[in-house]
Amino acid sequence: MLSKRVIACLDVRNGNLAKSVKFVDTKDIGDPVAKAREYYLDGLDELVFYDITASSDKRNIMLDVVEAVASEVFIPLSVGGGVRSVADATDLRLAGAEKINVNSAAVQRPELINECAAAIGNQNVVLSMDVLRTVVSEQLPSGYEIVINGGRTKTGKDALAWALEGEQRGAGELVVNSIDADGTKDGYELTLTAMIAQAVRVPVIASGGAGKPEHLLQVLTEGGADAALVASMVHYGDYSVSQLKQYLHDQGLKIRLC
Amino acid sequence: MTLILDYEAGNLASVKRACAHVGMEAEYCADPEQLRRADRVIFPGVGAAGSAMQSLRERGMDEALREVIKDGMPVLGICLGMQVSLTHSEENDTATLGLIPGAVRRFAFDRQDLKVPHMGWNEVRVVQEHPVLAGIQPGDEFYFVHSYFPQPQDDNAVLALTDYEGDFACAIGKGNYIGTQFHPEKSAQVGLRLLANFSKWNGQC
Repeated sequence: MLSKRVIACLDVRNGNLAKSVKFVDTKDIGDPVAKAREYYLDGLDELVFYDITASSDKRNIMLDVVEAVASEVFIPLSVGGGVRSVADATDLRLAGAEKINVNSAAVQRPELINECAAAIGNQNVVLSMDVLRTVVSEQLPSGYEIVINGGRTKTGKDALAWALEGEQRGAGELVVNSIDADGTKDGYELTLTAMIAQAVRVPVIASGGAGKPEHLLQVLTEGGADAALVASMVHYGDYSVSQLKQYLHDQGLKIRLC
Repeated sequence: MTLILDYEAGNLASVKRACAHVGMEAEYCADPEQLRRADRVIFPGVGAAGSAMQSLRERGMDEALREVIKDGMPVLGICLGMQVSLTHSEENDTATLGLIPGAVRRFAFDRQDLKVPHMGWNEVRVVQEHPVLAGIQPGDEFYFVHSYFPQPQDDNAVLALTDYEGDFACAIGKGNYIGTQFHPEKSAQVGLRLLANFSKWNGQC
């Protein structure tokens, strides 16, 4: 039986680790390579780097970060943020990323998912979705809307429909990131996660809102997620990766312990 | 010299980095003549069986691989690099190298919660001791990403099992050849140990 995964997400800006609350008020909190190494040695299952560098001329810094991490961290490494083309994906793969996350650019041009899947394989293409709760309407029957550009722009796309389209276009995994829950530490968006996990046949990674170990347990059971993404709760030292995994294991989940 | 077979099928850099980390200096190799002069060979690969076999044949690598394995060179296949060591793959209905008699089949489940590909960490249970698998403890997990799995004809070729709605062979071997379905280069400390074991293996069991 597969183990449930605990994934740490590191937002990187200009080569530094950043963490935001509700996608604004970003502050830099340290060296991403050192954090990656720390989590790896503490039993992390997978790492996600998200490049939130604003200016494109500093994008190469991200490749250096990925390369440095890939030389000493031997777990799957997923990278996203600003991936607009197969060439971007290939550059990151050469630097050492296993999986590539696509987000805003795929919403604007969905063929990007097909192109990346053809070039690097479905299993390496992760569709990352930023989702905002909204009122149910004819256009948004799931009651959830896809937003882009770090949560600032509404797209009018229904979250459930987009998840299904992403899967059909070749995404091998979905990250469901709730903008409502992001940074609140009040728990994952269980309704949204469960709705998408039940509808697709690719793994679903829940993201946004983790503050306590119980939140991970909830989203991996009730929420139907295959993996739980954590950020603040480990970045600020509230919990360690091994502590979270031990808790989930003690609660009866199948978890890799080292 | 350890050579990593380069036949345009997958991300070789992660294998090379993991080898370097355990002190095994490795080079990429796309030339069958160079392959014949290696001390040991790692045969990685992701992608599809059909295009992988075509790429091997175009480079003359299929024959070179058969030869070096016959001559006793230690060879480690990883993922697709392991799958093509069997006789036939359901993927693209492909005739493969036939080093180990058997077939490669696709996972097929009715249950919605069993996803394909089988992606993530799962337990590897060693059923036949092998120098390259030395040190793997009960409960140790490795990282998998695959939709097809090997089914050797001879049970003696099965070295380790993994359960995904039933057991499948996650490590197979015969003589100086060993192949894993999981990715040691992405499997943290236990994976690195396997690569370190391989770096010292003389091909004898």
